[in-house]
Amino acid sequence: MSEPNVLQPVAPWPASDLPGHRLHFDESQPLLLDSGEKLAPFTLAYQTYGALNGDKSNAIVVCHALTGDQFAAEDHPITGKPGWWSSMIGPGKPIDTDRYFVICINVIGGCIGSTGPREIDPRTGKPYGMKFPVITIPDMVRAQMRVVDHYGIDQIFCAIGGSMGGMQVLEMATRYSERVFAAAPIATAAYHTAQNIAFHEVGRQAVMADPDWCGGDYALYGKTPRRGLAVARMAAHITYLSEAALHRKFGRSLQDRKNITYGFEADFQVESYLRHQGSTFVKRFDANSYLYITRAMDYFDLAAEHGGVLARAFEGVKTRFCLVSFTSDWLFPTSESRALVHAANAAATPVSFVEIESDKGHDAFLLDEPEFHRIISGFLDGAAVYRGLRRR
Amino acid sequence: MEAVVMGETPAHTPLTGDGAGEIRPDLRIIADMVAPGSRVLDIGCERGELLAYLVRHKNVDGRGIELSMEGVSAGVSNGLSIIQGDADTDLEFYPDDSFHYAILSRTLQAVRDPLGVLRHLVRIGDRAIVSFPNFGYWRVRLKLLTTGRMPVTEMLSEPWYATPNIHLCTIADFVALCRKLDIGIERSIVLRRGGRDMRSGEGGRGNLFGEQAVFLLRRGA
Repeated sequence: MSEPNVLQPVAPWPASDLPGHRLHFDESQPLLLDSGEKLAPFTLAYQTYGALNGDKSNAIVVCHALTGDQFAAEDHPITGKPGWWSSMIGPGKPIDTDRYFVICINVIGGCIGSTGPREIDPRTGKPYGMKFPVITIPDMVRAQMRVVDHYGIDQIFCAIGGSMGGMQVLEMATRYSERVFAAAPIATAAYHTAQNIAFHEVGRQAVMADPDWCGGDYALYGKTPRRGLAVARMAAHITYLSEAALHRKFGRSLQDRKNITYGFEADFQVESYLRHQGSTFVKRFDANSYLYITRAMDYFDLAAEHGGVLARAFEGVKTRFCLVSFTSDWLFPTSESRALVHAANAAATPVSFVEIESDKGHDAFLLDEPEFHRIISGFLDGAAVYRGLRRR
Repeated sequence: MEAVVMGETPAHTPLTGDGAGEIRPDLRIIADMVAPGSRVLDIGCERGELLAYLVRHKNVDGRGIELSMEGVSAGVSNGLSIIQGDADTDLEFYPDDSFHYAILSRTLQAVRDPLGVLRHLVRIGDRAIVSFPNFGYWRVRLKLLTTGRMPVTEMLSEPWYATPNIHLCTIADFVALCRKLDIGIERSIVLRRGGRDMRSGEGGRGNLFGEQAVFLLRRGA
């Protein structure tokens, strides 16, 4: 395949057209990465909700998951759908924007405005593609702290997030514990398990097997590895649900037909649903970003960052933790949260933990689970009393 | 593990909800045994009633373990640090001497391994405080004697097939077990019906007339 002479439009959504805040860092302010590389210049795209109070003590940093983004509590500018945590964040909601100042930052390596593989590499004038440096969860958090610093916030009131967002919360609260008063890592773990890495590898191989991936340079050829990314999303989506949820939602029901067709169309509703999940995902997510962000999750190992002893991660950490898991989550099962709780206990870090009964699988943290919302609301209320935050 | 020093914890803001008012008589007796400013682990803390009281009135740094999601949810909502867990499986993860007091109120009789749990209590805490219903109480004895059926009383309110209390004991049994495990008894308070203090220690009279008992324990007899 010969390289085209003219750069084609790279993505269906020019990141510069998306609404929201941007912070730019130039060559003199590089982001030092775990890999040893320096990323500069770079941009962080983020959204805020609510207002920062006078002494800057009411900031909540919301960390998004693998395919989430900064549009947590508003209609998404690309899909038009409600924000991924619009049930959690807003006036009078558990993360009450009448009371707290919420910041949600697109992770570094992402594709919704923060610098990632689809942005232009200033050294070549072409999109980074696979020349983008490998990023890690600590790198993401390092970038987020730049935004926190930008606002002059000495101490975040609470860091909260689920799944990969929970990994960032763990990293933030253990590495910058003086700067994080409370932390709520939800449906997450101290490391990515072999099973989780395996699922990610299936997704990555699906992307790379798509001829339109072009070794990561698809943007140069005006292509998108849609089929590969869709398959990756379909496989991943199964891991976010549970057998019970799939059964309840679809069972063996057929899609718009009375009988099986003795063919390979989407006879079953569950097939049609997954195909839809795959095809809509590729309209809002960059394939290379998917490779990089899944890699960051695979590399995460909080214990390894502390000599292989998880409890050491919590040594001297005074941050008040609230961990939540869900009974039917087999991707980040309760046992993983419990291991974190035991490590925090061993280090005398204040920690709360609850396992919520739900048949909705890993995705439960994104859905309307009243008991979960009550816990988060109560935890924040309690922490606010200790922090001396007044009700408005 | 940092050294535990009494009174080192920062002053806590009083809580707003539970813990503001009065508490169960046996919990009050436990609370009176706790030194101000200490670190406390309450195992089987239910909705965190005792912890909230201790935080409010004794400025303790309190943590709880509770089995039910509802209990944890209520306690966490009240600003307490409570984990959903189990005395039988979660105590082993706490380091030695990590608390001044490890409290087990009306839970010993419901655990799978009372010996293991007692050993952990005096390991984790400088002191352990244990309360339990007395199966030697005369009304319990009388019910068994006269009806020949498993006693159901105010304190032991479930029928045998539904009760979580799988390891009931009398005060005399408990004292014997402490001796066997080389656990020292610093104080014991026996409560009559209605929660009145009998002020009579662990003798036969207490074992007959006490409906429940509270023991302050430490490692080594």
